[in-house]
Amino acid sequence: MRGISVEFPGVKALSDVDFRLLPGEVHALMGENGAGKSTLIKALTGVHSPTTGVIHLSGERVTFTAPGQAQAAGISTVYQEVNLCTNLSVAENIMLGREPRRLGGIDGRATRAEAAGLLARIGLTIDPASILASHPIAVQQLVAIARALAVEAQVLVLDEPTSSLDAEEVEELFRIMRVLRAEGVAILFVSHFLDQVYEIADRMTVLRNGALIGEYLPAELSRIELVSAMLGRELGTLHEVQRRSDARHPRAEPVLVASGLGRTGAIEPFDLDIRAGEVVGLAGLLGSGRTELARLLFGADRADTGTLTVNGQSGRPRGPRSAIAQGIAFCSEDRKAEGVVADLTVRDNLVLAMQAARGWARPVPRRTAEAVVAEYIEKLDIRPADPEAIMSTLSGGNQQKVLLARWLITRPRLLILDEPTRGIDVGAKAQIQKVVADLAAEGMAVLFISAELEEVVRVSDRVVVLRDRRKVAELTGDDVSVDHVMSVFAAPHAHTGAVAS
Amino acid sequence: MSTLALSPTRLPQRFLPVMATFVVFVITFGVGSFRYEGFASGQVVANLFVDNSFLIVLAVGMTFVILTGGIDLSVGAVAALSTMIAAAALDAGWPPLLAVLAVLATGTGLGLLMGLVIHHFDVQPFIVTLAGMFLARGLCFLISVESVSIDDPSFRDLATGTIALPGGVTLTYSVLIALAVVLAAVYVLHLTRFGRTVYAIGGSESSARLMGLATTRAKVGVYMVSGFCSALGGLLFSLYMLSGYGLHGVGMELDVIAAVVIGGTLLAGGSGYVAGSVAGVLVLGTVQTLISFEGTLSSWWTKIVIGVLLLAFIALQRLVVRRRP
Repeated sequence: MRGISVEFPGVKALSDVDFRLLPGEVHALMGENGAGKSTLIKALTGVHSPTTGVIHLSGERVTFTAPGQAQAAGISTVYQEVNLCTNLSVAENIMLGREPRRLGGIDGRATRAEAAGLLARIGLTIDPASILASHPIAVQQLVAIARALAVEAQVLVLDEPTSSLDAEEVEELFRIMRVLRAEGVAILFVSHFLDQVYEIADRMTVLRNGALIGEYLPAELSRIELVSAMLGRELGTLHEVQRRSDARHPRAEPVLVASGLGRTGAIEPFDLDIRAGEVVGLAGLLGSGRTELARLLFGADRADTGTLTVNGQSGRPRGPRSAIAQGIAFCSEDRKAEGVVADLTVRDNLVLAMQAARGWARPVPRRTAEAVVAEYIEKLDIRPADPEAIMSTLSGGNQQKVLLARWLITRPRLLILDEPTRGIDVGAKAQIQKVVADLAAEGMAVLFISAELEEVVRVSDRVVVLRDRRKVAELTGDDVSVDHVMSVFAAPHAHTGAVAS
Repeated sequence: MSTLALSPTRLPQRFLPVMATFVVFVITFGVGSFRYEGFASGQVVANLFVDNSFLIVLAVGMTFVILTGGIDLSVGAVAALSTMIAAAALDAGWPPLLAVLAVLATGTGLGLLMGLVIHHFDVQPFIVTLAGMFLARGLCFLISVESVSIDDPSFRDLATGTIALPGGVTLTYSVLIALAVVLAAVYVLHLTRFGRTVYAIGGSESSARLMGLATTRAKVGVYMVSGFCSALGGLLFSLYMLSGYGLHGVGMELDVIAAVVIGGTLLAGGSGYVAGSVAGVLVLGTVQTLISFEGTLSSWWTKIVIGVLLLAFIALQRLVVRRRP
């Protein structure tokens, strides 16, 4: 790809970027959110047409105007958010558009058999005839990869394939990537996990603000240099968030006490208390019940047993409405489906929560709204810093920040953050962690859920460890360390069965 | 494949709405046979098809559209336009085959037009097909404000001709045509890429696009299918009424939508079966027959019962969707 530029109305998303991808290599594309990684990929795969520049594939000049054309040319893509049809079966999702035919119709049996073969190739044992919606997101992601393998791809584009996978599944994915690389497939890999990039990538290209920064070999570029190339600034912010444990008021009133709260099939009964000014981390492998626990506290799912005491009032959680009224905010894991209103502007998204808190009868005065919106855009460094920008044009990390800001505006007493940093870059991650620390210092109680242990350990005062849908440990003080949490995870190692079931 | 045996609970779940429709059909029919002598005869069943063959064809077309998450409000008006064109063309002395082709081409063309507008201007199908409805209805009266009767002998033969089945039951040719349309639709939806793309669009249009499926073709295509089915349904209706009239089939689109929804197709798209829509039409037909057997009830009771059924089925669908893990 030479001199690629992509322009959207009012925004130049990519300017004059060169990029080359050789057969038989894993090439990592690095950059912060909004650096233009996804845009570059979409230009390559025919979703967006470049305004200028040319693409050569195996020496021949190509122009794609639709994703189908790029696929036909041997460029297969797995996108960051799972882009499959959850109403169809696993086999159909894998084979859609290239089903084997027999007697003038699609051969369902052959479709399932072929899909089963591809699933076996990536080591996934699920029923190809089952409906995709019945599987967790991580499995859906693997199905998307199986789909990408279904075409004999020359070029495989993996846009953040690992953000919803756990360590073992990532290993599995890397094994598949190595096999494909040995077969001569060119793999374009995007990930925010530096460890993964250094483990698998043969070369790296760094983008920043839609421009090319450079192409490097991993051996020549240290992590710190890579990060500063991506951020274009010194690493100060990364170190601002320290392990914070001493300056705490352990005798503060508990904001929330759960006793024996549980739901059949989601999570075993557990006890939990969260105090004002404290960050409680929730650690657990994929499928350990992290999200389920949070949803019970918020009342999004009904608890079968136990009581929840919020601000001194006891009872079974009644639902999100009463939870919000009691000052609990829940920032969901799935920002695409449950969080942002993609067609509205940043300002409208922020004002939504403010209006909901005031009730419909008291409109938010325009000037108050402007002030608050400006305040949060600055506080969370939302980019572009334009209140009128449409949500769907923002990058993932910035959408996440808006979502966070939306809840912060309502000044909750307890903030539940479910994977607030998933799929976003180091810079935005550090900012969100810093915001969490500041909020706790101001007296807010925070329940912080993340798949990344380092992160949980860094921001939390206490860490609750879940395993196989059960609370197995609660670590405080000096016990809070990555090694310690890992050893709790590791005790009996039985999570793979839960994921594949 | 042994996959079906692996999860025996899955199939009933997926087919639950359709099965529920069949159960309702059996129950309403059972009530009729219990209350009225002569209700449970083969001819009454056959008449369900005879009297509703045009509705079946329209419901098949509507199923395609609703599966993509769209809606087509123009079907009743396009059907009326078809009766009008057929009657007027035959009246002007066109050969019947040419008249039929003209009708089918008009319906398909209108569908194509609406599909293109919906897709390329990214307008809600509701509005576009509403405009299509007014357009088609207006065109009827452009041809004639009066009812035009059909005197063409081959049309009359086709309309009055019957096929004798064992047991003294008779069917019309319209029923055969409708059943052929149903079979063709099942084939297209389940065994062709176009059909699978229709389901994929209903599941998630953006995903379907990124998967490289021909979404444009499928999205425009469903409105063409619906237009074609409306035209064909209109032809069957003109056989049934032996006339063309601009006020034929007023509100028919709503009956069709009701039949499709009662048949278990989700209005949000992505889930449903043609067989369900046929069952939905049969339920509507049975209710109508029941009320005519009762004799003393006003025919508007049909509407009341349909309203209640529609509500019940939408509630059932929500329950099924919610119970999914």
